[in-house]
Amino acid sequence: MTSAQIIFLIAGAVTLISALMVVTRRNLVHAALFLVLALFGVAVLFVLLEAGFLAVVQVLVYIGAIAILMIFAIMVTRGAASEESKAANNNWAVAAVIAILLFEALVVILNLWPGFRATAAELPASIDTLQELGSALVSPEAYILPFETASVLLVAALIGAIFVAWRRGGKEEK
Amino acid sequence: MIPLSWYLILAAGLFSIGLYGVLARKNAVAILMGIELMLNAVNVNLVAFWRYRTPEEITGQAFAVMVFAVAAAEVAVGLALVIAVYRRHKTVAADEIDLMKW
Repeated sequence: MTSAQIIFLIAGAVTLISALMVVTRRNLVHAALFLVLALFGVAVLFVLLEAGFLAVVQVLVYIGAIAILMIFAIMVTRGAASEESKAANNNWAVAAVIAILLFEALVVILNLWPGFRATAAELPASIDTLQELGSALVSPEAYILPFETASVLLVAALIGAIFVAWRRGGKEEK
Repeated sequence: MIPLSWYLILAAGLFSIGLYGVLARKNAVAILMGIELMLNAVNVNLVAFWRYRTPEEITGQAFAVMVFAVAAAEVAVGLALVIAVYRRHKTVAADEIDLMKW
């Protein structure tokens, strides 16, 4: 067993266990902190996959922005959130069965695929993946259209979020 | 070397856990957390397939970047909706938010 495998097993175990905590903890703040841990585990996996840029983006965008936004939302809606007697609704058993069945089905189907147990070839030394990614995102032959669409989407989401969460004067009781 | 199967099984597990969270949690913010877990599983798959199948093309990473952008947009709008609903109804439990039900 190589060191990369050991690191993978530790990171994977941390990710899966904290993901389980995210979906089962009753205290939402704890769930959000476990979400941070799970996202960090995924960042470690990106490093193991030699996608360093994505690991950095994962820490910046997911942990730095999304998880913090979640914690703020939990704090704003705290009165309703923390006093719930149960974390799950009445359908949790059905949900668990569906999730387990999906996992089993995925593993079984993937097992039928001959490339399932492939190991990675060495990255060609001539390719700088970060440079490749950067030029692919702005090159007209590659992904400039989705890239620009993503920026329009982000602006739309920003305006939409402000509009939806705006406290309109006079309509509130408080 | 780590076989591709390890990554795919881990991503399948992460996706299933996220799906359970989406289906079973009461709180709307917790449902969004489950969606984040599912998107992360997808990202792990995208990057793993890039690394193991087509390392000379950057497609997998480019799509992972798109997933990041969409996830950020989704969580911003989703949390704004949760806060707006909370202001009106003083609840964030998904089964009590039924104002669009006939």
